[in-house]
Amino acid sequence: MVAAAETPILLFTDIDEPGLNTLEVYERRGGYQSLRRALAMTPEEVLEQLKASGIRGRGGAGFSMGTKVSFLPKGSMDKYLVCNADESEPGTFKDRELMQKTPHTLIEGLIIASYAAGTNRSFIYIRGEYELQADMLDAALHEARSAGFLGENILDSGHSLSLVVHRGAGAYICGEETGLLDSLEGKRGNPRLKPPFPALQGLYQGPTLINNVETLATVPAIIRMGGEEYAKLGVETSTGTKLVSVSGHVQRPGNYEIELGIPSREIIYGLAGGPPEGREVKCWFPGGSSSPVLKAEDLDVPYDFNSLAQAGTMLGSGAIIVVDDSTPILDVAMKVAKFYRHESCGKCTPCREGTNWTVKMLERIDAGEATPMDLEIMASVQEHIIGNCLCVLGDAMAMPIGSIIAKFKDELEAHMEAARLRGGLNGAAASETALAAQGALDA
Amino acid sequence: MRRFEHGSRVPGWDQPADLEKDPAEIPDAATTPVPEDLRAEIESHMAKYPDRRSATLPALAAAQRVHGWCSPEALEQVACVMRVTPAYLDSVATFYDMLETSPVPRHSVYVCTNISCSLCGADELYAAMREAATPGAGAEPDVNVRAFECLGACDIAPMASVDGVYVGPLSLEDVPQLLEDVRAGRPVLPEKQLARRLVADPNANSREFPPHPAEGGA
Repeated sequence: MVAAAETPILLFTDIDEPGLNTLEVYERRGGYQSLRRALAMTPEEVLEQLKASGIRGRGGAGFSMGTKVSFLPKGSMDKYLVCNADESEPGTFKDRELMQKTPHTLIEGLIIASYAAGTNRSFIYIRGEYELQADMLDAALHEARSAGFLGENILDSGHSLSLVVHRGAGAYICGEETGLLDSLEGKRGNPRLKPPFPALQGLYQGPTLINNVETLATVPAIIRMGGEEYAKLGVETSTGTKLVSVSGHVQRPGNYEIELGIPSREIIYGLAGGPPEGREVKCWFPGGSSSPVLKAEDLDVPYDFNSLAQAGTMLGSGAIIVVDDSTPILDVAMKVAKFYRHESCGKCTPCREGTNWTVKMLERIDAGEATPMDLEIMASVQEHIIGNCLCVLGDAMAMPIGSIIAKFKDELEAHMEAARLRGGLNGAAASETALAAQGALDA
Repeated sequence: MRRFEHGSRVPGWDQPADLEKDPAEIPDAATTPVPEDLRAEIESHMAKYPDRRSATLPALAAAQRVHGWCSPEALEQVACVMRVTPAYLDSVATFYDMLETSPVPRHSVYVCTNISCSLCGADELYAAMREAATPGAGAEPDVNVRAFECLGACDIAPMASVDGVYVGPLSLEDVPQLLEDVRAGRPVLPEKQLARRLVADPNANSREFPPHPAEGGA
């Protein structure tokens, strides 16, 4: 177990220092030194550092960043770097804290990544709800441009980069990389068929590199430390530190920077204080609401990509949502399913219909109109969604719902039976409640 | 939520389409008055992108700030400046939660009712907020209170975004004060604004720092 005092802090170093959002304080603390160092190297050398660091994408998929950069074709065509700051996975709020308090870290990392990837135009797609954070980024962008860190021939390196902060308007699906690209092109945020992958044909049909905020914000630290030194942090296959957002039934919800590979219990109980006095963990989402749930007995699983995958779930965006024993599991499933029903873009049938039917079936359970067979049907609906759509939004509902059905079957059956008995006395009223609950979604 | 004919949740489902009418074309710049500030803002957005259509979301947001919602008039003005059809803009506006496609009160309160917030009592908060925003039985709310999907601030659950300013954790007792502040145009619950909050990680800051200032000069 990594003790608190030993935890290396790379991203959150003195993050509440007044004025850190300004160029003056950021530079005084050594900001943009990594950029100078990177520009003194060749792009290939920078890419080697990124590969050596072993950093995996922090947005959800956990794909190796160095490999992703190397997918971009060489040549002088228009290439794009897009930072995914849509952060709309329920439970995730790490990028918000970074962009609000130290926007220059992101901008510096983005410039270094663009140098390695050979891209000359970049965009930060930030969700529209993050107005304060977008304002902070805009101000920082202006400062960076005035100081010559952005624009033509950055610091006489011959590398040029333009950067635009693009505000979304409220759609979860725009966090999906190809949905994001369509949205950035000014369309409805419908995901695209892959392949072609964005690295070959992305924004405006050009090769496009898409990275999460936290991934890019880590790049200056990697250049500062050296890729190999960074790779010594964490565990093999999950190197470095990670920001985790802990929320739900914990005493100290918030963002924590952890070294990958520490026991999950250390995060949930040690850092976040565990559930309120007298309550126990019932289940927890290790990586946002899209990840299959784990139970209290899984609390000792090391928090890293591979260990969580072995436990049948995923690290995702690093958002831990804790549910304690005071909450019926049906409520959790209902919230999750309704969210994905609302956010499904409607392009692929399994997702559009599957999310809708799952909500309806959960409502039947709650209304006492379901039979135990409905649980099996609901589980099979989830299986038919996974892997059958253009993007993983449907999977993102099917995975947690599937795991809830598998792990809490007894409770769901008991809920069903109790509701049936209540409904027997007043069946009509129960159906009306179900209809009203359905209506609450778009109210 | 309103239901239309056949139980559909899609507005316009029960309205007959006028098949005789030609689709609206790109508005004529000579006959479409556009406020000068709005035109300038939209043009500055268009200049930032290789393809002018990329400015659609910022342009619609700007028009919404001027008109209060994406009204047919607002869409026509944006269409005129961007040289696209109103139908194209309508197709985009209906996709995004923050773009309003029907008239709404001037101030907005988005109450997050997603999982983390609802575990901390957001559904009750939303119900209380909605009730308090409705001046009398049968009246329309004077503040646009909406249940919203995860706003990315689960550390201050349950929370709300009040005209874009995040506040939380909110209790039911905060509701009257919050609505009073928003109606009066004052900074909302300055002590509870997210902007002021320090990071939760005890290892992050090597020394003590004061809380950040709240938004709105409070």
